[in-house]
Amino acid sequence: MNIIVLIKQVPLSSDIGMDEETGVILRESGNTKMNPYDLYALETALRIREKAGGKISVLTMGPPQAEQVVREAYMMGADYGYLLTDRAFAGSDVLATSYALSQALTHIGIGDLIICGKQTTDGDTAQVGVECSEFLGIPCITNVKRIIDIQPDAVTIESDMGMTIEHARITYPCLIAVDKDIYQPRLPSYRKKKATALLPVEKITLNQLKDQNTTRYGLTGSPTQVIKIFPPSRTSTHEIWEGEHLGRRLFALLRDGKHLQENV
Amino acid sequence: MSHIAVHQNKAVDYKALSALCPFGAIVVDNGHIAVTSACRMCKLCIKNDTRGVFELVEDDVAGTDTSEWNGIAVFIEIYEMKIHPVSLEMIGKAQELAGKIGHSVYAAAAGEKIHTAHVEELLHYGVDELYLYEAPELKHFRIEPYTAVFEDFIVRRRPSVVLVGGTSIGRVLAPRTAARFRTGLTADCTILDIQENTDLDQIRPAFGGNIMAHIRTTKHRPQFATVRYKIFNMPERITNPTGTVIHCTLPPAKLNSTIEILKVHHKEKVKHLEEADVIVAAGRGIGSRENLKYIEYLAELLDGEVAGTRTLIEAGWIDPRRQIGLSGRTVRPRLIIACGISGSVQFTAGMNGSEKIIAVNIDPNAAIFSIAHIGIVGDVTKVIPELIENIKADAAADVKADAAAEGTAERSTS
Repeated sequence: MNIIVLIKQVPLSSDIGMDEETGVILRESGNTKMNPYDLYALETALRIREKAGGKISVLTMGPPQAEQVVREAYMMGADYGYLLTDRAFAGSDVLATSYALSQALTHIGIGDLIICGKQTTDGDTAQVGVECSEFLGIPCITNVKRIIDIQPDAVTIESDMGMTIEHARITYPCLIAVDKDIYQPRLPSYRKKKATALLPVEKITLNQLKDQNTTRYGLTGSPTQVIKIFPPSRTSTHEIWEGEHLGRRLFALLRDGKHLQENV
Repeated sequence: MSHIAVHQNKAVDYKALSALCPFGAIVVDNGHIAVTSACRMCKLCIKNDTRGVFELVEDDVAGTDTSEWNGIAVFIEIYEMKIHPVSLEMIGKAQELAGKIGHSVYAAAAGEKIHTAHVEELLHYGVDELYLYEAPELKHFRIEPYTAVFEDFIVRRRPSVVLVGGTSIGRVLAPRTAARFRTGLTADCTILDIQENTDLDQIRPAFGGNIMAHIRTTKHRPQFATVRYKIFNMPERITNPTGTVIHCTLPPAKLNSTIEILKVHHKEKVKHLEEADVIVAAGRGIGSRENLKYIEYLAELLDGEVAGTRTLIEAGWIDPRRQIGLSGRTVRPRLIIACGISGSVQFTAGMNGSEKIIAVNIDPNAAIFSIAHIGIVGDVTKVIPELIENIKADAAADVKADAAAEGTAERSTS
């Protein structure tokens, strides 16, 4: 059983502000971590490997520093790690990112099961996994809450479809996006850290991909363009209350606003 | 490839130039300024450097002929015997956008069998052409056949814009289809507008929600956008609809799937947060799990629902279905009381359409106060219990007054 987990390095804090005058993004001094949702994806892979055997590879795309998240995955138990990095990918939107990842997946071999997290904490779109599955021409299921069964040719899962909970059997190769809390992610192990210190992280660049047409990657390969960024608008008309008896004042406001009718 | 070129001869202060990049992609390499693969093409270096060291070199890529793509399309989600309300909200938005550029509104719906009443309802909300796909394979949502349907509809109708609800289904179907057409998709738009040249202005919170991004897909069609439930208003029902219905079929081979749905069960009926008129929401500032009881009690007294921020959901204090915000639900109640919530855009993006926002927070500088209609600077663990006491006292007084009034009435008749 070959499992590939897609992971991403994200800023440590989502508290990214913006200088309203200059439009400059203010970031904490480059602190990063593995996207928390990916921990669940990796844990799912580790649990499946415990049951069915096989190998786990992790793949990330990002700057050279993103190697760190692959190391982190090694510390949790991943067997192989790949970093897709190239200046040609700069400015990739969802489509260009997904396409680059799908090309890298084809390069390393798509295996049986590709697992990704629900979304990232920086992009928040929850689209990259699904777009990858389209480029690979394999089925996908998102919102996976539970792995019910692992068979030699298929996986049976439980997924949350909003109004309903569904059980579905999906044959390999396929991609699943798992929800937070599917399993409790294990902590990185010091023993594994030492054991994998010399384990290489294989870099993949554009010239190793099958499709090297640069117009499909990076800014050029991104149909969406950010026209501008701006701070969120604020409501201008508002009252501020301070002092004593705030609860009583709030009561009067709710009563006068007819919010207390019928209910009491 | 498009890239940022560096004019080395203009580069003087290497340190200052490196500092221009928020992603650390500008480095000094062998005595030269270089841009690494950490570059995100945000172009801030070009904007903020006065000497013209950096220049954007763009490839000229032939895009789609945008004039061949016309109209605003909506994917209709029908669940069990009900049209998902987000579909109707999007029809409203589609009409507004189509009206501005003189285009039509199209809709596509798929299912095993689509009820006539639903078809009529959709036309009553202003759809000009409704494309129906009915087949046993479409009974449950499965990615391959549904994408095939959506693809067929788009190829037939060639809409300029495609709106999809930000539901569990929409959030899979939209990216899958957008990738098939190699076009752009903007998730969770909060504002949509359209240019005369049919470019869609898509605005969404970005970078964890602290920044709004204005996005366009200028060279590709169709332009895909997903929108969460309750972001846009429900349109008015039209009395005399003029729209037409087009029945479409696909060859069975296109409806194949390697996914087998084994079992479907309904979630227990909890009242959906989106439907609540009153919401009492809690954030980190409530201090302890113990203090949640005030929030729950207040919600009960106001006949409202309890909700929480991501922090409290992740702490396991509140059911995840009750999370408000970008990664949770979007709500628009008549009244929301935000208790001990600092008000990150992550959260406020999910509730700032509420009719009345009351915020209680001990920090006078909390961001929530900038969107609150009433901002109460005070300790939430004092203000809310005091409010509860007052409501209870008032109710008790009413009961007493009623009893007294009845007593008087009895005496007068006797």
